[in-house]
Amino acid sequence: MAHAAVSSPGVDVADGAPAAALERPDFQIVPRAGLPIVAVVLGLLIAGIAVNKLWPLEFLHVVGGAAWTVIDLFLGFILGPILGKLSVPARIELTTRLMPKMVLIMPTVVTVTLAAGWQLGTHLGTVQSSYHLHGWVVASFIVVGVMAVIALGLLEPANIAVLTELKKPRPKPEVVERLMKRFIYTAGATGLMQVATFVIMTRLAAG
Amino acid sequence: MSARGDRADAVRADAVRLPPVTQFGMLSLALIVSAGIYLSAHLPNHVPLAPAVALLSVSALLLAGNLLALSRVAGFAWRRFFEIARWALLAYAIIAGMIEYAFLRNHASGGPLIVLSLSLVVFAIHVPVLIGFTVARYEEPEASR
Repeated sequence: MAHAAVSSPGVDVADGAPAAALERPDFQIVPRAGLPIVAVVLGLLIAGIAVNKLWPLEFLHVVGGAAWTVIDLFLGFILGPILGKLSVPARIELTTRLMPKMVLIMPTVVTVTLAAGWQLGTHLGTVQSSYHLHGWVVASFIVVGVMAVIALGLLEPANIAVLTELKKPRPKPEVVERLMKRFIYTAGATGLMQVATFVIMTRLAAG
Repeated sequence: MSARGDRADAVRADAVRLPPVTQFGMLSLALIVSAGIYLSAHLPNHVPLAPAVALLSVSALLLAGNLLALSRVAGFAWRRFFEIARWALLAYAIIAGMIEYAFLRNHASGGPLIVLSLSLVVFAIHVPVLIGFTVARYEEPEASR
């Protein structure tokens, strides 16, 4: 695999002298090998919505929701603190291997969960205002809405930006660190909100 | 904020002074999400559209304001912005299309469909703007290259 150099913070040398460099693996910001998988998943979503049957909709919503929840919780509360304690080279290596996958996984998982969830709610009638637990359903809309704004406004841009920075011939480590912190903190925040989703969804499932 | 965060800010601040695009963008997204929740929370009852239209209008104004404010930033890295934003636009147009498909599949129509569809347009433009901005803000100013 090709490698490139990343300057360590505070060790840049003026006058064109070589800076202390760290190895940085080559990577694709959007892993092209994953695009067919995304296409297949979105195709399944379209088919699920088109047939409008309980099992495929339930499958897509539950699997997508479980993946979304687990990834948020794992990133925010397990991997995030570990990442912060790694050495700079290890952090860069993990970042360049993990974050491109997140670029494809998170939007796909979120789209599948929400679209299948809405269709499931329509199929079951739980999105109707006459549903006896309608207040809980609206609460789930609000929780998901807040998570979506955080993810779309902060998390996803930070993800793309950190990868773009790492693609530069001489990335700024302080920028990478700042963006990674933003990514991990927002993943933690959405992870906390996922706990609220657990409460709401189990309440709805209990009837 | 950490010393490194301050340093990153200082690096950028030395280059160009930027408007609060992310903050306005998040507010804009929050407004269209609120409009969507307002409409969907009342299904299938008839619901006054005025609050949703008002939320959508303010959201669209924030989008326009963000683009206008960015256009006035001297030295902003537009090349990098468009390089990233165009692909993000493609991705989020597909996502918006999926959501629109779900609306149509469920026979949404009339005023609510128009409001929801226009909300999706704002969403599909504003998210790529935020992504492009977040990437481009850490670029060297174009004039200094």
